Amino acid sequence: MIDLDALTKSFPGSPRPAVDRLTLTIPAGEVCVLIGPSGCGKTTTMRMINRMIEPDAGTIMVGGRNILHVDPVELRRSIGYVIQQVGLFPHWSIAENIATVPRLLGWDAKRTGARVDELLSLVGMEPAQYRQRFPRELSGGQKQRVGVARALAADPPVMLMDEPFGALDPITRTRLQAEFLRILRGLKKTIVFVTHDIDEAIKMGDRMAIMKNGELVQYDTPEAILARPADAFVDEFVGSDRALKRLALIPAADFVIDPVGSGKPGASVAADASARDALSAMLATDADSVTLIDENGAARGTITLAAMRARLIARGDGSASEPRPLSNNQGP
Amino acid sequence: MFIEAWEYLAGHQAQFLAALWRHVALSASALAIAAAIAVPLGVRLADKGGSALVAINAANIGRTLPSLAVLALVMPIMGTGFAPSLFALTLLALPPILINTHTAIRQVDPDIVDAARGMGMTALEIVRKVELPIALPVIFAGIRTAAVQVVSGAVLAAYIGGGGLGDFITAGIAMMALPQLLVGAIPATLLSLGTDALFASIQRALTPAGLRAR
Repeated sequence: MIDLDALTKSFPGSPRPAVDRLTLTIPAGEVCVLIGPSGCGKTTTMRMINRMIEPDAGTIMVGGRNILHVDPVELRRSIGYVIQQVGLFPHWSIAENIATVPRLLGWDAKRTGARVDELLSLVGMEPAQYRQRFPRELSGGQKQRVGVARALAADPPVMLMDEPFGALDPITRTRLQAEFLRILRGLKKTIVFVTHDIDEAIKMGDRMAIMKNGELVQYDTPEAILARPADAFVDEFVGSDRALKRLALIPAADFVIDPVGSGKPGASVAADASARDALSAMLATDADSVTLIDENGAARGTITLAAMRARLIARGDGSASEPRPLSNNQGP
Repeated sequence: MFIEAWEYLAGHQAQFLAALWRHVALSASALAIAAAIAVPLGVRLADKGGSALVAINAANIGRTLPSLAVLALVMPIMGTGFAPSLFALTLLALPPILINTHTAIRQVDPDIVDAARGMGMTALEIVRKVELPIALPVIFAGIRTAAVQVVSGAVLAAYIGGGGLGDFITAGIAMMALPQLLVGAIPATLLSLGTDALFASIQRALTPAGLRAR
């Protein structure tokens, strides 16, 4: 869906390029998280995709179109755009804000109105209650809900999201992350998501592109990156608890060895728990095994600590092996 | 004394109405011309760096010039009458409108402009649909200041033959005729106060609902 090829951008007065020969392919319908420390070029990369920043060199293909040959205004109307500070228009009602792109595209009032109500419901806001309100009457979380609804208005296949939850309090952030993940997955959008928060990246991303000094350091699924950090930088960036973070991504059910259950009775977790929850239950009850139970309390299988370790290694855990650098990251 | 003034007014009704009309016409024309120049100029200068600084500083200096000095400076170049008065009053009205427009547009939250651009608004659409409506209350505050300055300043236009209510005042002073002076001074004062009140209510009406203080 999105192909970046040797994308390069330098800013005047800066000794090294902000983005340096970046090559990246994002499959349709996936969430790709661009992550790295400040100044790594993640936001610059994102902003080149809708030509808010013009690249110096390289190509960007979106849906088979070379976007450097598309009129920037037309291009931006076909790409959803969400920023951390939301940027709602304070002089327009919520309905008018959401209708921004449909109006620019010349939709008729009836179609636009129906779309506004549909989107308000989608993001969990009662249309009759919020349609005529103004942005200053909303909480931070509600503003970002409207921000996302506004970006979705013309049903763009691609969405760019620059730290959309960065300005929210932790509780609201966690709730919106889960909710938007569900909404955006359901809509099969291709999403470029910028963040500097590794936990958010692991949670939201189908793939993570870890960047440093304008270069791509590692690009893979969160589980693969946690299992095999490409180098010392990634290893440090994902954190020393990467094995636990990885376990949180794996369903406990993947480690079931005995469908009946042979461990000590007592320790149990829900059937849809993560492997991390299962490990935690074992540590809490000083047991070597834990039973998975379904919602009726019936045993669905047993996980042992030994089996968990063996299968983690079998899945390709490289915690004891050499870091494997990416082949396209051997520049100077 | 007020009775004498009233009697003078009753005796010179046609002359008074003509002077009042001229005063209003002079002020309104000057304000309209100044707004037509200063608002677009202020918007244009808002996204420029160096040249804007020069223009805004010039406007700030212009603002400190007393009204009478502006009129006196114009007279040797353009002579006397309606046109030089209009020119001088337009000059007087430019700085507050220009400065307020420039400031108001610059103060629009950059994130809002970024969102507008990122959603595919053209540069003109950003100015027309986003920046101007948000900046409008502050721009109009500048127009209001200019309006009051022009209506008061127009009294001095009589000195360079511009006519208006100032004619009664200058004549009254020259002839030591207090009633005649008051026939110019009281309506001129009321006109200034009325202008301020009128523009204040227009300013409120023009403030978009989403920006009004609760």
